[in-house]
Amino acid sequence: MQSDPSVLTVSELTHRIKRMLESGFSSVHLQGEVSNFKRHTSGHAYFTLKDENAQISAVLWRSRVQQLSFLPEDGAKVIISGRITVYEPRGNYQIEVLSIRPVGIGELQMAFEYLKRKLAAEGLFDSEHKQSLPPYPERIGIVTSPTGAALHDILNVLQRRFPGVEVVLRPTKVQGIEAAADIADAIREFNAFGKVDVMIVGRGGGSLEDLWAFNEEVVARAIFQSAIPIISAVGHEVDFSIADFVADLRAPTPSAAAELVVRDRSALLDTLRNYWYTIHQTVTQMVSDRKDQIRHLLSSYSFNKPIDLLRRHTQRVDELDRSMAASVAHRVALVRSHADALHHRIKALDPQLTLKRGYAIVSKNDAIVSSATMLHANDAIDIRFHDGNVSSTVSLTTPT
Amino acid sequence: MSASKKEPPKQTFEQSLQRLEEIVDHLEQGDVSLDESIKMYEEGLALSKACMDKLTQAEVKLKKLSKDIEGNFQLIDDQPE
Repeated sequence: MQSDPSVLTVSELTHRIKRMLESGFSSVHLQGEVSNFKRHTSGHAYFTLKDENAQISAVLWRSRVQQLSFLPEDGAKVIISGRITVYEPRGNYQIEVLSIRPVGIGELQMAFEYLKRKLAAEGLFDSEHKQSLPPYPERIGIVTSPTGAALHDILNVLQRRFPGVEVVLRPTKVQGIEAAADIADAIREFNAFGKVDVMIVGRGGGSLEDLWAFNEEVVARAIFQSAIPIISAVGHEVDFSIADFVADLRAPTPSAAAELVVRDRSALLDTLRNYWYTIHQTVTQMVSDRKDQIRHLLSSYSFNKPIDLLRRHTQRVDELDRSMAASVAHRVALVRSHADALHHRIKALDPQLTLKRGYAIVSKNDAIVSSATMLHANDAIDIRFHDGNVSSTVSLTTPT
Repeated sequence: MSASKKEPPKQTFEQSLQRLEEIVDHLEQGDVSLDESIKMYEEGLALSKACMDKLTQAEVKLKKLSKDIEGNFQLIDDQPE
């Protein structure tokens, strides 16, 4: 019996089962009702998940308990995400819980209130964390479904109000178990990308379950950590999501988000026209003012003042001239009598008297010739006598 | 102002609008010389035109954010139907 190869030990069987189950159910989403929820003193929590016909043990490690945004109670309808593990000493299989999402309306509302209180206590909703929106975004990031009404509505409004923008869509799932992680990733990706000025995160209307992704903690945290301002736009006016509380601005609907993110171009066109009108008016006015100024200047007293000044100076000069003439006449009279005296004395030296005695003055080209060596044959010379001049030509020079 | 003619680099709509506001303020206060005001006039004309172009653009440009194999971001044209 011992050697029969078809016989397994309990350990062997359990080990095989463990391998099969753990590899076959490494990631499952499981819906059911919570019962026997117990928190152990170790911090771990244990419960049973059941439906009408079956049940499974569930274990929630302490590290996970702390991360949960929703702590189930007995009777709560939930969806658990986790993996199947086998506990060999007892021959039990169980689900190791990674996350729990509430399902029923009551549970969803409880979870909502729980997470809202938790994040509010951490300060995630505080107004000091709110970023202001850029007044004129060039590029708008959108996190939503590529096929949903939200994208369509947003584009319609942008097209009407300010079509000069660029819209960058990061398509995401917006409902279902994977939606929250996808939305959070998209927000982080836009931050890594960096080249959008503002983001709209949202989806169109739906049931509380449909909108649930926007009430999950991963989304709230991604919004909180975003360096790019975020407008939340989840569902209809009446729907408030956790994302709305964390976002920098809540829009009641996706269309409203588009209204909030850009200004209306018709108002801007008016502003621009006014600006241009003012610029045009002031500058053309300025130029025509300057022209008037120049014209006025040309005929003004100031411009003519130099001429006036010149006239006054001329008059002054005339006056000075007159008084100078008077004083000069007196001086001249004095000088003249003195000159007369000198004249008589100079007269004694007059060459005319010498000429009368028989001398003559020879000059060539108006220069007095005082030496025979200054003359050559054929030079034209002038000879001055006391009573007249003689022009002559030199025929011969004989220096002594 | 220096002689270097400042060709406005690619300004955002917001920057252009702000500059226009500044120009309007200066001109209204009359604290600029005729030379400067004429330069402002030229600059204002270019800025107004750039803003008008933005405002009268016909279609919203829609792109999709995606990552290539190396994890670099790409913008893919995705005109709405």
